This record gives sequence, C-alpha cells and structure tokens, in this order.
Amino acid sequence: MDDLKKDEQMTSLFSNALAKPLSRKDFLKWTGVSAAVMGFGISLNGCKSDTVVNPVGGINLTADDFGVLNYAYALEQLEAAFYAKVISSFYSGASDYEKSVLNDIAVHEAIHRDFFKTAIPAANRITDGMAFNLSSIDFTSRASVLGAAKAFEDTGVMAYNGAGYYITNADYLTVAGKIVSVEARHSAAIRDLLNPKSADFAGDDVITSSNGLEKSAKPSVVIPIVAPYFTVAVTSSLP
Amino acid sequence: MNLENIISVIDKETKKEEQFTRRDAFKSAGSTGLKVALAAIPLGLAATLTKNAFANSSATVVEVLNFALTLEYLESKFYSMGLLASGLIPAADRTIFTQISNHEGAHVTTLISTINSLGGTPVSSPVFDFTGGNGSGTGPYADVFTNYATFLALAQAYEDTGVRAYKGQAGNLQSNAAVLTAALSIHSVEARHAAEVRKLRTLKGWITFADAGALPVAIYAGEDNQTQLGVNVTAATGQSIAAVTEAFDEPLTMGQVLSIVDPFIV
Repeated sequence: MDDLKKDEQMTSLFSNALAKPLSRKDFLKWTGVSAAVMGFGISLNGCKSDTVVNPVGGINLTADDFGVLNYAYALEQLEAAFYAKVISSFYSGASDYEKSVLNDIAVHEAIHRDFFKTAIPAANRITDGMAFNLSSIDFTSRASVLGAAKAFEDTGVMAYNGAGYYITNADYLTVAGKIVSVEARHSAAIRDLLNPKSADFAGDDVITSSNGLEKSAKPSVVIPIVAPYFTVAVTSSLP
Repeated sequence: MNLENIISVIDKETKKEEQFTRRDAFKSAGSTGLKVALAAIPLGLAATLTKNAFANSSATVVEVLNFALTLEYLESKFYSMGLLASGLIPAADRTIFTQISNHEGAHVTTLISTINSLGGTPVSSPVFDFTGGNGSGTGPYADVFTNYATFLALAQAYEDTGVRAYKGQAGNLQSNAAVLTAALSIHSVEARHAAEVRKLRTLKGWITFADAGALPVAIYAGEDNQTQLGVNVTAATGQSIAAVTEAFDEPLTMGQVLSIVDPFIV
C-alpha cells in the first residue's frame, strides 16, 4: 500500500509538470525562459568546480552534454538495478507472459546502462556502480513491482522528453530519442499488464488529452522524484 | 499523390517562410497581443525572443512540422474511419482505438496551432487511400475497413513509422525549445500507441531486428542497427543482438517516410 501511495504522489507531481496546451503565450514564455537558462548553463560550464563529476560521496551533473548523458546514465542505472532485482525472484503468481515482458525490459535497461558506460568517456562519467535504495518496493507483490515499474518508465519518458532541448550535439539527441521511445513502449506494456484493454497504455495521467502531448520535465524537476532511491548525493547544474 | 508532389507542396509552404523577417513577425502577430508584448520588453530580450520564436521558424522547422502534420492527418483519418466502420473493431478494443484516435486528432490541432504560431501556413489534409492503392481504392489493403487483421496491421505500420519519422527530425528542431519538446512529447505517445497495437497483434511491444512480418520491409529498414555513437552495443554489453536491436528504436529520413506513406496518399 505504501508503494501505491507513493505512486499516487508521483502521479500528482507529474500532473503539475509541463503538460499543458501550447498557447502562443506559453510558447514564448517557455522559449524565453529556456534561452535564459541555457545562457546560464554555459557560464556555469566554465566553473572549475562544475567539472568534477564524482565529488566525494556523490555525483555531479555538469551543465553540458555530458551532464545530460550522465543524468540519463543515472536513471538507466536505477531502472536496470530495479528490474535485475525483479527478475532475480519474481513475485508469486507472475504469468509466463509477465515474466517474458519483465525479462525483456530488464535486458533493455541493462543495455542502456552499459551503452552509456561505454559511450561516456571515463573522465566525464559518473560512477558506474551506483547503489540504490529500493526498500520502498515490495518485490513479492505484483502491485508493488508493476506500480514501481510504471512509475520508473513514466519518469524516464518524462525525463528524456524534457532533457532533449538541453543536448547540443545532434547525434546525442538522436540517441536519446532512440532510447526514449523504447521506454515509452515499456511503459505501455507495463500499463497494459496492470489494466488490460483500457486506455491506460497512453493514459490521461501522462498525456494531456487536449493537445496529445506527453509530459516532459526538466532535470531539476525529475531529480527530486528519483532522489529517494539514490544512496549518493546528487548535485546538478542542469536546468 | 506521388512523392514529388508531396515534397513540392511542403516546399511551397516553406518558401513563404524563407523571407520571414523580424518585421514580419511583428506584423503577423496582429491583434494577438504579441506585438504589444514584444514592444514592451527590453530590446535585448526581445531580440532573444524573436530569434527563438521567429528567426528559427525558418524553412526547416515549419517544413518539419508540415511533414509531421501530414502524417498526423493520415493517422487521424485512419482511426476515425476505423471507428466508424461498423463491425470492424471488436467492442473490447474500442477503448484502445478511441484513445489513440483522440490523440491523433489532438496532434493535428497542436501542430496546426504551432505552425500558425511560427507564422507558417499549415498544409491542408491530403486525400487518403487506405487500401494503399494511390487513389485506385484497390491497393493491397483493400479490406482495411472490413477485416480487423488488416486494420491492425496498418495501425502498426503507421505507428511504428510515426515513431521513426519524429525521431528522424529531432535534430532539425534543436533550435527551438518549445517545438523540439512538443515533437518529443508526440514521439513518445506514438511509441505507446505502437506498443499497444503490437500487443493486440500478439507481438512484442518492441522491434526485434528489422522484423516487418508481412508489412513492407521499408517500414523497419535499419531497425537491426547495433552501433550507437560509434559503439558496437552488442560487444559493449555482452547481450544478444536481438535484445540490442530491441533496446534502440531507429530513425527514418523524411524521404524514407514519404515513400512509405506514398501509396496511401492520393
């Protein structure tokens, strides 16, 4: 029940995120703010303290492309750790189909994690073996596991959608796009397990029905949502 | 409609944007209050705003949005017609297709208003031939609205193509935060749709290798890529090639997408 409650809290947090109709006024406001933030980011990037990606006892997300990639890497490490635990001992009553879905997702997340580990140069990369606190999840409970899976996937999609603009290298942006649609497929599959044949696979809780846009959120909004699962301090210079 | 015609329609709309200046931006802001808003803010910031909101409403951004709009017209019309075809979609699946149809309709509205916001001209909807017969009405999918299996197959084709189409254009929208983020936020919705439709077809929600089943191979061409940012991901992760290809969705170029949808556009 605690997990479901947490899930509800996360859902309500999400509903406050950026998903709203793209009016001209919002459009200008958003564009202007982003431009200002980007300018700030570039100046931060010049700070020496900003370039230490693994300060003692924590990780630091720098205000540049490496910061965004490390942000993705941290989220993928979290997801991979979660699913590894799920498939190491399935909740009782898991059907063969559920197991196959969760096994596939576990491998995909491990691939995402290990891809970032290889793609980000060591000097610019946060720690590889991040430990996580998953004690709020009851791994023997189907509702708890699938509820957490749904929250992780939805958060991942929201995070990638919101971080895209802060990536300056077009190739990195494309790779983020290659990953985020797979995360969205995961979320739809998990949501279908929880509530088959419903509209939940692309539910109104994550997609604003009036404009058809999925939620997106900046790193500074997403990090506090996932921080409870981290055992290291996260400092971030990302917007 | 042949491919050249589609491209020329998009080009024609785009040409109008090429001479689009800051002055035009003010002019076309008209009575929306934007002119007042722009005039009221300090010059430096106004320059930033116009740069972001208008200078970048260059050929590329509007062209991309009109391309996306064309695809959304296709999807929206397809699902509307499917839902209206009596006896086509089983009662148990109507909730799913109603949700998808509503999203595609909303995407059309969002793209039109975004193109208008940029001072561009939204393309109008083409006429579609969902049999894939280029207007003959007797293409390979002639039973699309009487045979649910055919309808599902085309739904998968459109959704997976849509995901690839948006992904392929992300790099062309980098200059504009709002447009890029909106495009990404449509992209993930299409991916959710794709996964659900694939599930209805008893397929995995993700794409293994470049497996097209009985659909045209062009829709999945390149999905078997294993190299990302120069990294051979199979070697780097020690996972199976199948899983590596599932873990990354691949983009298509505008030309590739237009040739896939060409048989469906009159």
